Amino acid sequence: MIVEASDTGLAELEHSHVRFADGLALECGITLPSLTIAYRTYGTLNPARSNAILVCHALTGDQYVAERHKLTGRPGWWELMVGPGRPVDTNRYFVICSNVLGGCMGSTGPASPRDDRPGAEGVAAEPWGTDFPLVTIRDMVRAQKKLVEHLGIERLFAVIGGSMGGMQTLEWAATYPQCVFAAVPIAAASFHSAQNIAFHEVGRQAIFADPDWLGGRYWETDRTPARGLAVARMAAHITYLSEQALTRKFGRRQRPDHDAPLDAAPLGSALFGEMFEVESYLRHQGSSFVRRFDANSYLAITRAMDYFDLAVEHEGDLSAAFAGTATRFCIVSFSSDWLFPTAQSREVARALNRVAANVSFVEIATDKGHDAFLLDEPDLHRTVAGFLTGCAEHAGLIG
Amino acid sequence: MNDEVRFLAKNLRVDQRMIAEMIAPGSRVLDIGCGDGELLDLLFRTRKCDARGIEIDMALVTRAVAHGMPVMQGDADNDLEHYPDGAFDYAVLSRTLQAVERPREVLRQMLRISARAVVSFPNFGHWFMRWQLLRTGRMPNTPAWPRPWYETPNIHPCTIRDFFALCEEESYEVEAWFALDEAGRRSPWRRSLGLANLFGEQAVLMLRKSPGGG
Repeated sequence: MIVEASDTGLAELEHSHVRFADGLALECGITLPSLTIAYRTYGTLNPARSNAILVCHALTGDQYVAERHKLTGRPGWWELMVGPGRPVDTNRYFVICSNVLGGCMGSTGPASPRDDRPGAEGVAAEPWGTDFPLVTIRDMVRAQKKLVEHLGIERLFAVIGGSMGGMQTLEWAATYPQCVFAAVPIAAASFHSAQNIAFHEVGRQAIFADPDWLGGRYWETDRTPARGLAVARMAAHITYLSEQALTRKFGRRQRPDHDAPLDAAPLGSALFGEMFEVESYLRHQGSSFVRRFDANSYLAITRAMDYFDLAVEHEGDLSAAFAGTATRFCIVSFSSDWLFPTAQSREVARALNRVAANVSFVEIATDKGHDAFLLDEPDLHRTVAGFLTGCAEHAGLIG
Repeated sequence: MNDEVRFLAKNLRVDQRMIAEMIAPGSRVLDIGCGDGELLDLLFRTRKCDARGIEIDMALVTRAVAHGMPVMQGDADNDLEHYPDGAFDYAVLSRTLQAVERPREVLRQMLRISARAVVSFPNFGHWFMRWQLLRTGRMPNTPAWPRPWYETPNIHPCTIRDFFALCEEESYEVEAWFALDEAGRRSPWRRSLGLANLFGEQAVLMLRKSPGGG
């Protein structure tokens, strides 16, 4: 892979954050002695503090939802959805987005200095690394709840997110029903399927197989398991797309292999003289990813997703997770999403029906696969905008 | 009808306007086959109802949700079973009964999840249908039944008399009913089922389970 380990400069950046000295007791039984949550806000909180929308990011997302990214310089990951005049309209709503617990963009995670034992005087604590305790989607949500309370908000007008962000959205509605007026889980499910766990495991094994991973203690060297992490990203990225989308974008087109993969194949090999455009695209996805993501964080968050099963948290009955809920739901799936297929969204919608919850359910027709939630999908944006406006009317935010 | 309803309902399908009038303000309503949510909008804005919808056509669902209506994609045959008993005050099925796979089961489900069912359907017993069938010996073709037999979604047509017979069989009490003529006017044959069945282009009925029965 065309990745220099020294490209990664994750640790040096400062992100706006809040530190909770009282820490967080995790579901696994371990207590994080302190908790840092990095976050961004957009728009203005109204005097009644009733117009806040929490945006939950996906596996590799972060808090830079609607502004140029501090590290990569790229536009915010959901600028099509969040911003002035956008469906999540920052002229109307106060938008909060935080880096998840376990993440690597400023929130407490495997790269954070461990503070669970007294370090030697004057010596910087070493990072948690793979000793970072197991975190769950619910832990992430409980960390977000602390942030929301810190911002003086008792009840969120809405929680919205795609993929893992959709899992968090469902978890919010189940764990803090009084605090969520409206919930928009997009391209999500109430549990992580065997197929999804399988793909995550491929990614994790790619990281473990990288000699630079060093059992998770790569911080002790000046290298990172960039090749393993890039392969993990490449495998995962395929699952975010669809066969139609790949065919439409790349087909079987080939091009000369100029940036030959130094470590992937012997140069001059007849087998690898040309490369398919789809290969080039995936390599680019892999190499740009490792510049902004920490491998141990990737392990921690994929694990959190794998363990997610909202029904199990409620004795196997998904409906019980939402019994008596007054939250208004808008569940969105995409027709070509095979990672979180429509059937799984429909299952959530039906579980909500069983407790007579107020639920809208839309499947958007698209060939763009799971990643469609991040892309220009006019029907998605119309749906979210209309749903939120309708809810704002019910909540008395607009006359 | 109050003026507000009259104003908003100007462009509404005529049976939907009538249905809105039958529904008590502030009630919980499920509109099955709600299209793009016009009736839901009317019920929310003029009657402060908690009105939700189910619609089979995804394009219409998207349009409804984009207008702030709580609508989910689904259909009468497969999705009613997921709602709990007595979740609604009214379940509405307008001009859809003739297109479902199991009309009797759909009615049962409606009256399980809801105290009352409001049903409207085009009347296959209308005199013009009878005349066409008699004269040409072929399936009738009218504005209410515009498609040829091989591609109509209306797989379970019935007459008003047929429907009353089913209600009898299922022990449903018809609390209110009326027929509409071709122009959508409420027909005057309230007292005569036979005349309604001959001249009514469509029927609107409000049902509930008979206190003694089923």
